[in-house]
Amino acid sequence: MSSPKYWREMPQRYRLEAIKCKKCGKVLFPPRLVCPACQSREFEQTRINNTGKIETYTVIRVAPSTFVDQAPYIVAIVNLEGGVKILCQVADCELNELKIGMPVNLEFRKIQQEGEDGIICYGYKCVPKL
Amino acid sequence: MRDVAVIGIGMNKWGELWDKSIRDLVAESALLALDDAGIDKVDSMYIGTMSSGLFTDQEHLASIGADYSALCPIPCTRVESACASGGLAVRMGFMDVASGMSDIVMAVGVEKMTDVDGNGATFALATAADQEYEVFNGVTFPGLYAMMANHHMYKHGTTRDQLAQVAVKNHRNGKKNPLAQFRMEITIDQVKNAVMIADPLTILDCSPITDGSAAVILCSMDKAKELCKKRIVKIIGSGSATDTIQLAQREDISFIKSTAVAAKKAFEMAGKKPSDIDFIEVHDCFTIAEIMTIEALGFVEKGKGGPATADGLTAIDGKLPVNSSGGLKSKGHPVGATGTAQIVELTKQIRGEADKGRQVKNANLGLAQNMGGSGASSVVHILEGM
Repeated sequence: MSSPKYWREMPQRYRLEAIKCKKCGKVLFPPRLVCPACQSREFEQTRINNTGKIETYTVIRVAPSTFVDQAPYIVAIVNLEGGVKILCQVADCELNELKIGMPVNLEFRKIQQEGEDGIICYGYKCVPKL
Repeated sequence: MRDVAVIGIGMNKWGELWDKSIRDLVAESALLALDDAGIDKVDSMYIGTMSSGLFTDQEHLASIGADYSALCPIPCTRVESACASGGLAVRMGFMDVASGMSDIVMAVGVEKMTDVDGNGATFALATAADQEYEVFNGVTFPGLYAMMANHHMYKHGTTRDQLAQVAVKNHRNGKKNPLAQFRMEITIDQVKNAVMIADPLTILDCSPITDGSAAVILCSMDKAKELCKKRIVKIIGSGSATDTIQLAQREDISFIKSTAVAAKKAFEMAGKKPSDIDFIEVHDCFTIAEIMTIEALGFVEKGKGGPATADGLTAIDGKLPVNSSGGLKSKGHPVGATGTAQIVELTKQIRGEADKGRQVKNANLGLAQNMGGSGASSVVHILEGM
């Protein structure tokens, strides 16, 4: 992802900001302008829960160029408490410990770097819950 | 709505076509289709391509395609829905003829993927996923389908061997298709022991990077009866649907809902049900995809795609032959061309023109399913011989 796109303000990437539909109560992450469940456009600010369970995962062995140095690494879909599902990497986890249903916490982490001297892009990864 | 027939088909030999430009690929299949139909002009044209810009630095494909097919000044429209671009181009052509706007329409699908290296192709293909919430975090397309595979295996007990059987079966069919990219048979052990790309998918679970094109000529039924010297093949159903761009936001990670919705619409339009269908072409971009799509299309129960494949249901001599062409796995997957090539294959089969060893017996009613990304878009067509 190019620098200008990354510099754009995305509070949800750093602060896990989400929205909750005032009509049906669905929590949406990332935020949207209209609720896909009920078409309402009225929301209140909320934050996604940072604990959840792994719903499915894979180990990326052949990585895109910006992630080559990190391979192999784990990517998972995490079902967070409160009903939001996100895709993120799983850090600090041995491959043989990994399993569906494993409890995890979200943490603020470095995601990628744009080349050797490029800007560092931060975001969220999950780690096994101790 | 007017009845629409397929009166011409064309497809070039797929593979690494380093001696050809994307414009040549469009023209090759366009000319083959015109010759097959026995005509030299059409009223309008649709070109399905996912990312000619990222793969070849060439946009404005509609014009370059019409120009090098010697069809200017007809209207030509580029259609994009990631890997479903070719199927959607056929659907746009179908709507154009059905509405009465045009009598004869050409739909071409094309992709030239080997002008860039592996990293370039991975980057271009990843644009079909959510850049900000999927690709940003390091996932690849094999990675997304690998997560669906692990989910399907966990939830339904699908096995590693059942996944491999999809590749084995499709290569067996593709070996007999002279236009296919990888015409060799492979074994279950070869699939399982190949280089791991994203667990549990090895390189032999993945469709390849391919250059290729395919074209079909659609025509109003009245005119087809005048023009067509071969068996007339009618498009009796067309359905299309979308789903969330992010895989994570789907309720069931290993169920392709957009395919289920598109199929329901196509079956309703056709007045048919899954048990009526003789054979199908589906979007096996990865082995798990074929298992999920035969479930979403309603040919087997949810979760039963793996055992059905292992039991031979989908083999060329099975009850429901799937991917008689070799599928994306063996024939190749030039993303924008895939959906159009499926209609070429259905027409070939229904006319009885398929190559020796892969002609489906009594192929009168066929279905094609083409999808984009991790299933965020799907197109389904049902064709019947008249």
